[in-house]
Amino acid sequence: MSFLANFFGKRSSAPVARDRLQILLAHERASVGEGKSDLLLQLQREIMEVIRRHVSVDQDKVQVKLDRGDNCSTLEIDIEVPGLESAVKAAEAKTDGKETKVSSEEKTPEKAKTDATGKA
Amino acid sequence: MAQVLVVTSGKGGVGKTTTTAALGAALAKTGKTVAVVDFDVGLRNLDLVMGAERRVVFDLVNVIQGDAKLAQALIKDKRIDTLSLLPASQTRDKDALTSEGVAKVMEELREKFDWVVCDSPAGIERGAQLAMYHADKAVIVTNPEVSSVRDSDRIIGMLDSTTEKAKAGEKVEKNLLLTRYDPARAARGEMLSVDDVLEILSIPLIGIIPESQDVLRASNLGSPVTLAAPESGPARAYFDAARRLSGEKVDITVPTERKGLLDWLFKRGAA
Repeated sequence: MSFLANFFGKRSSAPVARDRLQILLAHERASVGEGKSDLLLQLQREIMEVIRRHVSVDQDKVQVKLDRGDNCSTLEIDIEVPGLESAVKAAEAKTDGKETKVSSEEKTPEKAKTDATGKA
Repeated sequence: MAQVLVVTSGKGGVGKTTTTAALGAALAKTGKTVAVVDFDVGLRNLDLVMGAERRVVFDLVNVIQGDAKLAQALIKDKRIDTLSLLPASQTRDKDALTSEGVAKVMEELREKFDWVVCDSPAGIERGAQLAMYHADKAVIVTNPEVSSVRDSDRIIGMLDSTTEKAKAGEKVEKNLLLTRYDPARAARGEMLSVDDVLEILSIPLIGIIPESQDVLRASNLGSPVTLAAPESGPARAYFDAARRLSGEKVDITVPTERKGLLDWLFKRGAA
């Protein structure tokens, strides 16, 4: 019967389900539970921390994309930096605790893209 | 004006998540913008049924606690661009949801989408109450089986008393969706019939989803049944239910499987 189903082009779906679950559970067993942390999420948090230390980043201009694969996962962090020079100034002003207005002459935002590829 | 729809049941395993995914996709296919929201904090599964489990970065709890903006947590469906998913947290428990936080997220979702479809957790506790609190409409998913009907009755009572609408003296529009229905067994008296269930629960019927292999197949593949097998009996019933939710008048039928001659022959051979 299954051979006939294959013959008529209706691939069985259970193997797809098994593969999807195996990948998902491998990640969750490693990351869900007491005292365990998800490597990719931790990476993302720390990368953001470092960037924020140097440039002031608008939270709305950050897009984080994740794709977990079986051998390889990708974490893509897309950060829009509002003209590097002014952003650095803004960050410095912030750390000084002064509220200075930075004139942003550079209208075109530079894009900083960080790709982190981690072995799953 | 955005509509908030809660998919609820009381009992677990009757098809809330399947229904949320199928109705969400059916509504989005009409061109309306739809967000499906998983309220099952700690045991999320809507991401898996929607096929987005590998792409979850932030979740409902992150948004409520201010760790992420709503736009960052929403996952756009790869098949229909008007459909988005807001996943639940897998690591936290239901206490991570605050009523103020949920209210704020729901308000923001109402601004962004035409439909907000909330997938309720099973049970009648905090998670289920928060999922239904902001609803304008409810789909009560019920199996033709005694315990499911009893639990649906409890949920109907809660919809009439503990929701925002109920507290304002208004009513949440309640709709019954009968799932896993087998007309042949009901005709033989082996299963509660549509009329039996309607008589007991006395709320309007919005659809009858026939028991079908296509539902499991769709969840295996990580695709709402309305996308994985749009011509199947369950999908057609979900499409009709979505049209009724949108205010159209559509006669209720039990869409049957369209069987080929080979299926028929083999079924006879196997029996």
